[in-house]
Amino acid sequence: MARKPRIKLPKSVNKGQVVQIKTLIPHKMETGQRKNKKGGKIPRFIINKVEAVFNGKPVVTADLHPAISANPYFAFYARIDESGTFKFVWTDDKGGKVTTSKKVTAN
Amino acid sequence: MSNTIRKLENTLERRDVLKLLGLGTVAAATGSIVSGEALATPDSAAKLISKLSGTSSYKSGKITLKMPEIAENGATVPLTVRVDSPMTASSYVKSIHLAADKNPRSEVASFHLTPASGKAEVSTRMRLAKTQNVIAVAVMSDGSVHRVSRLVKVTIGGCGG
Repeated sequence: MARKPRIKLPKSVNKGQVVQIKTLIPHKMETGQRKNKKGGKIPRFIINKVEAVFNGKPVVTADLHPAISANPYFAFYARIDESGTFKFVWTDDKGGKVTTSKKVTAN
Repeated sequence: MSNTIRKLENTLERRDVLKLLGLGTVAAATGSIVSGEALATPDSAAKLISKLSGTSSYKSGKITLKMPEIAENGATVPLTVRVDSPMTASSYVKSIHLAADKNPRSEVASFHLTPASGKAEVSTRMRLAKTQNVIAVAVMSDGSVHRVSRLVKVTIGGCGG
């Protein structure tokens, strides 16, 4: 789970502007339905939560299930009233977390 | 090798042939496509949606689910849910729930929004095991629940990976 997520978010916006934020993290999102060559089940291993927090305040969270495709893509909107930092956290089934931050300037 | 398969097919069921080839390279290549049984039903999807949204009376309208009518590859089907809401502190979309009625499991995803979202629209990509209905509901801050469903035709299923 060390691979880098990708975030698309403008560096500077007008105050109060609503912008789309696109996120994608490389992950195979193993469903738990597949079988290996010997017929045993490959255990489920997915990213089950994505959180976006702006200046400490939650903006959006997503609970994901195995029905979400590999390399989960998640796009949403946010209204930006002040300059600050977006923090994104992905959590997997084993409790592993990937965190990344992006700065945004509001003019 | 394909000649052998054709001969075998004359005498054996297709599934026996696949079994015989189970240890061969063919199975290794196709094994990842063979999906599990479809366990979700329209009933279980409806139950899930009503459990997540806390009601079983839905309003229509205000919510749109954008998905392709025909998905060539069920492993990754793009979708966008848009809800008509001002997204202010007094009136906003609390959550959006997604369910599928013929996947191995009904659950797809739940999105929890806040007034800071500015616009009630989320996009992601999902797996579809076969042709089925995808259901989306939006739970509003005033407690009302709006529902929409869409039939998506799938050419190649995508839940096996």
